[in-house]
Amino acid sequence: MLDRSRIDLAALRARHPGHFGGAGRNRSVAIVFGGALLLLLLGMADLGFFGLNTLTGIGKLWDVTVLMLPPEPGSWAMFRLYLWGLIETIAIALLGTLVAAVLAVPLGLLAARNVTTARIVTFLTRRSLDTIRSVDILIWALIWIGVVGLGPFAGVLAFATSDIGSFGKLFSEAIEAADRKPVEGIVSTGGGRVLGVRFGLLPEVFPVLASQVLYFFESNVRWASILGVVGAGGIGLQLSEAIRTLELRQASFIILMILVTVAAIDLVSNQLRFALIGKRGQART
Amino acid sequence: MAVVLAAAALSCVAAEVSPSLFFAKIGNFTGYIGRLFHLDSGALVVTDPVEWYWGLARWARLLGETIVMAYVGTALGAIGAFFLAFLAAANVTPARWLSFTVRRFCEFCRTVPGLVFALMFVIAFGLGPMAGVLAIAIHSLGALGKLFAEVVENIDMKPVEGVQATGAPWHVSMRFGALPQVMSNFVSYVLLRFEVNVRESAVLGFVGAGGIGMDLFEAIRKFYYSDVSAILVMIVVTVAVIDIFTGKIRHRLIGLVEGR
Repeated sequence: MLDRSRIDLAALRARHPGHFGGAGRNRSVAIVFGGALLLLLLGMADLGFFGLNTLTGIGKLWDVTVLMLPPEPGSWAMFRLYLWGLIETIAIALLGTLVAAVLAVPLGLLAARNVTTARIVTFLTRRSLDTIRSVDILIWALIWIGVVGLGPFAGVLAFATSDIGSFGKLFSEAIEAADRKPVEGIVSTGGGRVLGVRFGLLPEVFPVLASQVLYFFESNVRWASILGVVGAGGIGLQLSEAIRTLELRQASFIILMILVTVAAIDLVSNQLRFALIGKRGQART
Repeated sequence: MAVVLAAAALSCVAAEVSPSLFFAKIGNFTGYIGRLFHLDSGALVVTDPVEWYWGLARWARLLGETIVMAYVGTALGAIGAFFLAFLAAANVTPARWLSFTVRRFCEFCRTVPGLVFALMFVIAFGLGPMAGVLAIAIHSLGALGKLFAEVVENIDMKPVEGVQATGAPWHVSMRFGALPQVMSNFVSYVLLRFEVNVRESAVLGFVGAGGIGMDLFEAIRKFYYSDVSAILVMIVVTVAVIDIFTGKIRHRLIGLVEGR
């Protein structure tokens, strides 16, 4: 056992100043975090967090939670309606994702610097993809509702347009990260650039693209469940209606249904993704 | 491949897809986009920016509110996620059941869309930004909690064990063993989340949860075309500026970590 009284702390501190005061104690970091915290408090004050409203709101939130239990669909007919809404939701997400993925492949090629040599084309494609991406899916849904009317078709089109932006960017990044050698090999045999892309590039990036598409499908199912709030089809319509008419037990039942569906889809697509990536791993070795 | 095609075909039926309707109405879409950029008088919006941005003061204030909502929501969510992550990470969790519970809780917060929470909070807190902030905070809590926990699971355990060997309690070993390793990753994820949340808070107004979304929704619904494009351009520019700004900070953070 070490005798504490015999340790000369002052001398140790003088010799190894870095080892005292703990790790990561840094003045500039502290200033940044302090500033962020101050901003947070100011923001909360600005939005009225420190009023009486908050307390009564929390009380009401408790009431709402109690009203939501236990979840129940109301009647058998309602349950069938919800089930159909859920199927519609999945259909919207699936179709929207697929259409966006197909349309995004040529755009991704256009936006990839190693495929498209004209810089002005890559620049313009990228900026338009950025613009598409920064407009939220709900806004796209509203615009498409104005075009094709209320219903799930508008939701499909909204997903298709909104995801083109994300897919185009992700695809172009995957293509830029791809190995150049297969393309050069094909070009060296006399195949043109188009053949080079088709047989040299696409087989290489396809598993990556497919796994990204699966990812987006998963998250799109979640998003599709709220498109109905603005009238673009799917279970969101029933959900927002149930919440607005304070049929909270039905609302919590719908939320439960969504949760279960999303979990099931996550499970399936996870396994699909592993299969895809595994295939790529086999091809590489 | 065949399975995907079959599923797509079935979905076409379920989603009431009709190509004929699409091609019949596609003119509406281009027409809509065209009208967005024309004033009521028929002139192009750029010819009369003062008329186009007639409501600039109000929109700027609402946009500011939107950003504050995103900031407060992200910060509250991040603070919650910060504490939950150490409980949820399998390698440092104090108890297995705790890790399991926290993970399921995060999953729940992440899966229920923010807009649904917003609808619910609007009932409790009334119309206004408070409902939106809480919705963003809960959604960020779920998303960040998962990401943070994954970061913690990937740390080098030696510093943690070193601190534990001195007899330090759990929270001290987390503070001095784990925290220095994960901090820069945490901040980077929070910045990324902030970008996402700015976009999301811009549409939370659709259900009355504050921010610029309320005006945008009204403009779209009432067909005030030039207002829609004016607000959209403001949102797109703001989002782009914030993306560039946080992107810069993130790259410097990554540089800091790799430079060490």
